[in-house]
Formats: sequence, C-alpha cells, structure tokens
Amino acid sequence: MNTFYNEILTEHNVHPTHKHELSDADLTLEGVNPSCGDDIILSFKVSDGVITDGAFSGDGCAISQASCDMMLDLVIGKKVDEAKRLSEIFLRMIKGEVTDEEKEELEEAGVLSDISHMPARVKCAVLGWHTMEEMLSEK
Amino acid sequence: MTREEERIRADFPLLSKGKVIYLDNTATSQKPKKVIDDVAEFYRTLNSNPMRGLYDISIRATERVEEAREKTASFINARNSSEIVFTRNATEGLNLVAYTYGEERLSPGDEVLISIAEHHSNLLPWRLLCERKKAVLKYFECDENGVFSLEEFRNALSKKTKIVAMSAMSNVFGRENDITPFVKAAHECGAVFVADGAQSVPHVRTDVSESGVDFLAFSGHKMFAPMGIGVLYGKKELLEEMPPFLSGGEMIEYVHRDSERFSAPPYKFEAGTMNAGGAAGLLSALQYIDSVGFENIMKREEELSEYMLSGLVKIPHVKVLGSDEAREHHGIFTFTVDGVHPHDISEIMSSKNICIRAGHHCAQPLHEFLGVRSTARASLGYYNTKDDIDAFLKTLSEIRGVMGFMD
Repeated sequence: MNTFYNEILTEHNVHPTHKHELSDADLTLEGVNPSCGDDIILSFKVSDGVITDGAFSGDGCAISQASCDMMLDLVIGKKVDEAKRLSEIFLRMIKGEVTDEEKEELEEAGVLSDISHMPARVKCAVLGWHTMEEMLSEK
Repeated sequence: MTREEERIRADFPLLSKGKVIYLDNTATSQKPKKVIDDVAEFYRTLNSNPMRGLYDISIRATERVEEAREKTASFINARNSSEIVFTRNATEGLNLVAYTYGEERLSPGDEVLISIAEHHSNLLPWRLLCERKKAVLKYFECDENGVFSLEEFRNALSKKTKIVAMSAMSNVFGRENDITPFVKAAHECGAVFVADGAQSVPHVRTDVSESGVDFLAFSGHKMFAPMGIGVLYGKKELLEEMPPFLSGGEMIEYVHRDSERFSAPPYKFEAGTMNAGGAAGLLSALQYIDSVGFENIMKREEELSEYMLSGLVKIPHVKVLGSDEAREHHGIFTFTVDGVHPHDISEIMSSKNICIRAGHHCAQPLHEFLGVRSTARASLGYYNTKDDIDAFLKTLSEIRGVMGFMD
C-alpha cells in the first residue's frame, strides 16, 4: 500500500534509537498535544554549550514519535545554537517555506516535508521540535 | 453493491458519487437529498420569523416548526408536544438542564451521580454545576465491556442524590443501556434522571413514557437532520417549574420596565429566533425514517454490524472494545491495533478515502478507566454497504505492514 508512511519514518517509530531513560539529564521538558493525546518527555545533557546526549519517552502517533527520534539523531553532538537554527528550519519546512538546501540540512527529518500538505498532522510533527525550542530557550 | 444498497445510496448525495467510504456515523450522519431539499424549500418559500408574525408565510413557518415538534414527540412517545424543547444539539439540552433545574435544585453537599462512560457533554455540565453549588459529583462504573450493574448503581445512589445523568447508548461501546430500571431506582431515591440520547435515539426505539425518564437530550444531525437542531425532552411538570435558560425575545408573555411574565414551556426555553429551517429539516428527517421504516433501519444496521464484527475478529492484533455480540454494537466499533497509534490508523484509512474517527471520542475518563490512551472507531449507518466494510477491513489488515511490523 502506497502511503505517507515510508520506511525511514516507520523504522524510527518502531525501532527508535533515542527512546530510553537518560540518567543525569541537565534539561527535561514534557510536551503534550492535548487534542490528540501525543505526549513526549524530552531530556538533554548539555556541556559547554554542546548537546552531548539526548533521549525521549512518551506515547503518541508514529509521526510525533519518529519526528522526535529523527530530531535527536540530528542535534546530538551539535551546539545549542545550531540545534535552534535547525529547529527553525524544520518548523519552516512544515509550513512549506524552505529551500532544497535547507531541507538537506535536516537529514532524515526532511522526509516529513509532506506534512505541509497534511494540516491535521502538523501538531504531531512539530511536538518534539517545539518542546526542544522551549527547553533550550529556558537555558 | 446490491440493488437495494444502490437504491438506498441514491438518497444520499454525498455518498451516491461513490468516492467517500463514510464510517463516522457516530459523529454525524449523512443527509438525505429530501432533507437537504426540504430545508432549501423552507428558505425559498416560507422564510420569515416564526412564532410571532401575523401574516401568511410566518404563520406557515410557525406551523412547520410545530409540526416538527409534534412529529418529534410522537417519535419518542412523549405525552405532549409541549415537552419538546428545540435546542442546537444534545450538548445544549444537557447544559440547559444543568443551568436551570440543577441550579435551582442543588444545595451544598448534594450529589450528582453520573456514569464513567459519559461523553464530555454529559459530564462537564454536571462537574461545573457541582463546583458552583458546592455539591459532589460521583461516578458509577461499568465492567470492561461497558455493562452497568443495577445493583452497583443502587449502591452508588444515596438520599443526597438529586440528579442522575447517564447515556442510553455509549458512543464508544455502542451498547444500549436499558435505562428503565435505573430510572426507577433513581426515582425511588428522589432523584431525577437525565438521559443522553445522542446515540440511542437514532438507532433504537425510544419511549420516554415507558422508561419514565425525566429529561432526554439528543441531536438532529446524527439522525439525518441538519446540524444545529437538537431536542430536549422534559416532563411537563418539571419544565413548568424550571426557570428559563436564556432570556430575550420569543420566550415572554409580557415585559414591563420592572417585571415580566415568561411563556409556558416549551417556549420559555426557546429564547430568540429559533432555527426554524433546522426544525423543518428535522421534520423531514423523521419523515424519511418513516418512509424507510425504523425497523428496517435497525435490521440493516444489525446485519452490517454482524458482517463488520465477523471480519474484525479475524484480523490479528486488532482488539474491539465492548461486547462479542454484534447486535450489542449498534454499528459502533471502537478498536485498537497493537503497536499502531489510532491517529496513524485514521491517516492510512484517509489515504483510501475511508472516514473513521481516532482519539478519545470525547470520553476521556472512560479511556482512563479502561486503561487505553486512545482508540480508533468505525461506525456504520444504514446506508453503508458490505463493500464499504470490505474496503475498511482490507486496509485494516494491511496497517501493521505499512507501519513497518514484520508479522
């Protein structure tokens, strides 16, 4: 069956790399989509302005969970400012406002660009990213 | 598609084009062409402010509204059409009772008893009422299949119980709650019984005189009528005692600088220009049900339910909430698929033009009680076909594969 759910997305949902506990996290924040019940708890370890490790837990649709896992793939090892810059690109991608070069910077998370044509699922795709932005802006 | 199915679907413009597989009938029903035409005809030929005008078209518009009231009264076997209050929907009817009867009747420490399976519209008005009146909201529970025990209900009642609110059919399990003995038990305690009929009235025979229910709220749009017209049935003696809900035009006999006299029920509760076009649509919908035969609608929904459930139980990793008996579902099938979130199920169904619902179906406390975060729901209507069900079941059987599970 030909659907939006491609192999990259389903792999991140069924076998997420970063869905686990993170002991000694420096930052933790819960993000919720009340209307659909998506729920993630995002945790980071940050040292000298660099995100050295990250993890999430929670429950939600494949798009919310896979998007968060792909985000962590992208930002772990990067500077906080760089993570904020990439997040800004991702959120613009979901609005359909990015160049191909910018989309490539997002690596696998770029597979979610079609969400810009799926208004009912935008909130699912951006949950992890919004939570990260909020968490990093508090720091 | 059988010849009979083709004939039925020809009545429904949205379905007869053949594109959409509509399985969200619990949320709202499709509208017959006759209903759409009759609403348009009302605005083309009778449009005028009803209830007050002294000229021909206003008198005829008023007659149309009153015919709808009479027809509704007879559909639920109310003794008198003055017991039929037109509202926007079931939600407004339930709020009306909470804000009028509830506001007058409750004192601090009194109890309101509701079931755990209620739709938020039959939960929040009571919780907020209890907060305002410093009263206590109590829940009584069902078993995991949605069955309520009369004995447990009796135990939950007390001399402090002033109001009981319960749906006559769950929008999650599809099970009909035989409310008659519950009404009797509530009355023995001196409480009134408020029934949410949003799901039951379209799918099973409703007889308010037999059940003895004090209030019954339902929506027109779930039974072929337009959105924005609903019904609150209330016993005449209760409606007469109750204060008005909204105040303004149409609901008074006279107004002076410092005094007023309200109209008798049902007009006391119908402030402002009413949705006469909607009432004309409700009348048309009830006439449509008559023309098909309510028995035939129920029979067809049961046959489709049998076909649906026999297919659902064959698909691995699919769990259906509620009874193992198809006839207990009244077309409503709430389910989960192991490892797949309901929103993804709904998304994949949507890519095949199949409309189902996903989430908590406005019954979050029930989902918490059952220990499931969210569910998917496919709900059948009289115009659905075995082809619709086959398409749904085929997609459902492929969903885990699409989501990357190697079954």
